[in-house]
Amino acid sequence: MKCRLLLLSLAVALGGCAPSAPHNTGVYLLVDTSGSYNRQVKKAEQITLYALSRLQSADSIAVARIDTGSFTEKDIIAKATLDDRPSTANQQKRAFASRVEQFIDQSAPAPYTDITGGLLQAIEFLNEKHTARKEILILSDMKEELAKGYVRDIPLDFKGFDVVALNVTKLRADNFDPRQYLGRLDEWRARVEKGGGHWRVINDLDRLDGLL
Amino acid sequence: MSMATLLTFTPWPALSAAILLMLLVAALYLARDTAHQAIHAAAAAVARGLRVASRSVTHAREHLAARNREVLLAAGREAKERIVEREFARVGDTVRKDLAGYPDMHRRLSVAIQRIEEDQQQAVEVPPEVPGWAEAVKVVADLDAHNAGADILADIHKSMVRAHTEAMGDYRKASGERHALLRRMMPDWRLIQETLARVNKSVESVIGRSQAIDRHMEEYEAIVRGEDRAVSVLSSSSIVYFFISALVLAVATAGTAVNFTLIARPMAEMVGGTNYIGAYRTADIAALVVIMVEISMGLFLMESLRITRLFPVIGALTEKIRVRMVVTTFLILLLMASIEAGLAYMREVLLLDEMATNALLRGDSSASIVSAHLWITTAAQMGMGFVLPFALVFVAIPLETFVHSLRTVVGLTGIAFLQLLALLLRLLGNASRHLGVLAQRAYDLPLFVPLWIEMRMRAAAHAAATADRAMRRDSWKEARI
Repeated sequence: MKCRLLLLSLAVALGGCAPSAPHNTGVYLLVDTSGSYNRQVKKAEQITLYALSRLQSADSIAVARIDTGSFTEKDIIAKATLDDRPSTANQQKRAFASRVEQFIDQSAPAPYTDITGGLLQAIEFLNEKHTARKEILILSDMKEELAKGYVRDIPLDFKGFDVVALNVTKLRADNFDPRQYLGRLDEWRARVEKGGGHWRVINDLDRLDGLL
Repeated sequence: MSMATLLTFTPWPALSAAILLMLLVAALYLARDTAHQAIHAAAAAVARGLRVASRSVTHAREHLAARNREVLLAAGREAKERIVEREFARVGDTVRKDLAGYPDMHRRLSVAIQRIEEDQQQAVEVPPEVPGWAEAVKVVADLDAHNAGADILADIHKSMVRAHTEAMGDYRKASGERHALLRRMMPDWRLIQETLARVNKSVESVIGRSQAIDRHMEEYEAIVRGEDRAVSVLSSSSIVYFFISALVLAVATAGTAVNFTLIARPMAEMVGGTNYIGAYRTADIAALVVIMVEISMGLFLMESLRITRLFPVIGALTEKIRVRMVVTTFLILLLMASIEAGLAYMREVLLLDEMATNALLRGDSSASIVSAHLWITTAAQMGMGFVLPFALVFVAIPLETFVHSLRTVVGLTGIAFLQLLALLLRLLGNASRHLGVLAQRAYDLPLFVPLWIEMRMRAAAHAAATADRAMRRDSWKEARI
């Protein structure tokens, strides 16, 4: 009986001391810098600042641009994993905001839009961080235009990911035929949901309360 | 077999139903006695079981009440012993203090009294000398020597005036000295008065304490004798102490929550803000541990000071070790309080930093402006961080009262519960017996026709038997006649 009690106590103690599941969040913001969307890039700063204000210690964030070939680390403008200590985390947030501001001031339009490449890079980044919650934010019109030679017809694994399309602007052609816009969104929704992810669209950037 | 099938054994369902009903009633009537016995036996068994259970619960309640009474009396005896012990210690202190000063006081009083006596003797008024020249003057004046006496008288007058002047001077000087001596007596009188007043106060204090000791001793004796009145007083006191201590502990818990809020945030700087133990943040647990350690130190300090008696081991320590423990626990508390004050300051710094960062992220430059009066809140936080650990030390007193009174209150609650349970079981037992009777009546309800017939038949048989007996009696009377 005593032995059983001892074992039970040991099990409870070990259970209590066992490393707990992660509680952190990972955010990856993809900013479309293509010619048709470059004017909207300034809004990336607003979203970044909002995301930074919501993030806590041990959370990870990265901001990357979508250009001709986005499946590369070179397109990551800024990335950070916030420190355990709140004071250091605050310093990191300020530095991060400053880097994003610099990027926005110097952003140049790209000829093509490789959204899939950016998403692949985002999945890779967030999976490496092992965050409990994974959010991919896409600031784009969601019109993918690939340069010749880029193969992007590959399945994406969005299991455990929330993909949020932000400020999806309507193109000139969409005004003539809204089905193109709706079809584009449906196509992306299907792609994300097929990959096991959760898809959302937020067009009003003044109402980001539900985000993060 | 369904109802519809049952009703088809004759072509007419109504007839089938009537036959079935009659058969059922007949069966029930035939089984009536057995069914009544079964119902009665079942009801009686349940009632008996419940009564036994009720008796058992009553017995348990009595046992618990006796145990509670013992605990209550023991606790009351211990409390009274402590009070009497403390009163004796106070009387001892008073007596020791006064007796220690008694030789000195006696010496001072003796010196003062001696000085007063001496001064008084010196201050005795010397009666003025009787004028010795008066008769001589008269004799000289009666002499008839042609103015020869006048010269003598003039000389005598001069001498008398001179002697009078000298005597008056001496008299005034002596009076002045006497007055000075009397004036010098005043401080001695005051000293005597003050000393006696002090003695009076001490004596009154000792008398007051002895009266209190008498009162406590009477109560103690009543407790030792186990009088019901003493038990009743102790129970009601326990309940009052329980609620009061619970209230104070609730206030202390609120204080602990405030303390926790003060140090939880800066604790994240020390142990990290993202580590978890189970479902709780390590920083929160660390803050809670710090507070718990402070409360534990407070408990040990109170135990070492012999204000509380939760740990007999600490109470039984030698005086030297006990004093060392007091110093050690106080130093640890001081250290913890200083750490908390530092953490409270850090909290303010972190808060400002976070506010500034959030303002920057919101693009709000005005929010980062620091108020000139911010030092007030910083100082208040630091003060609270320093004071709260010491305030929490006093939790030991209500905690001890709570623990002691909890036993009695739980006992009383248990007694009330068991009493209620016994009553309920008794009621259920009675109800079961009555339900048995009710079930018998309910069984007889569909049998009203055969029962009515049976009753009629019995009445007829009874009437026939009565008539037969009456006829026999009449024939016997006739035979006697």
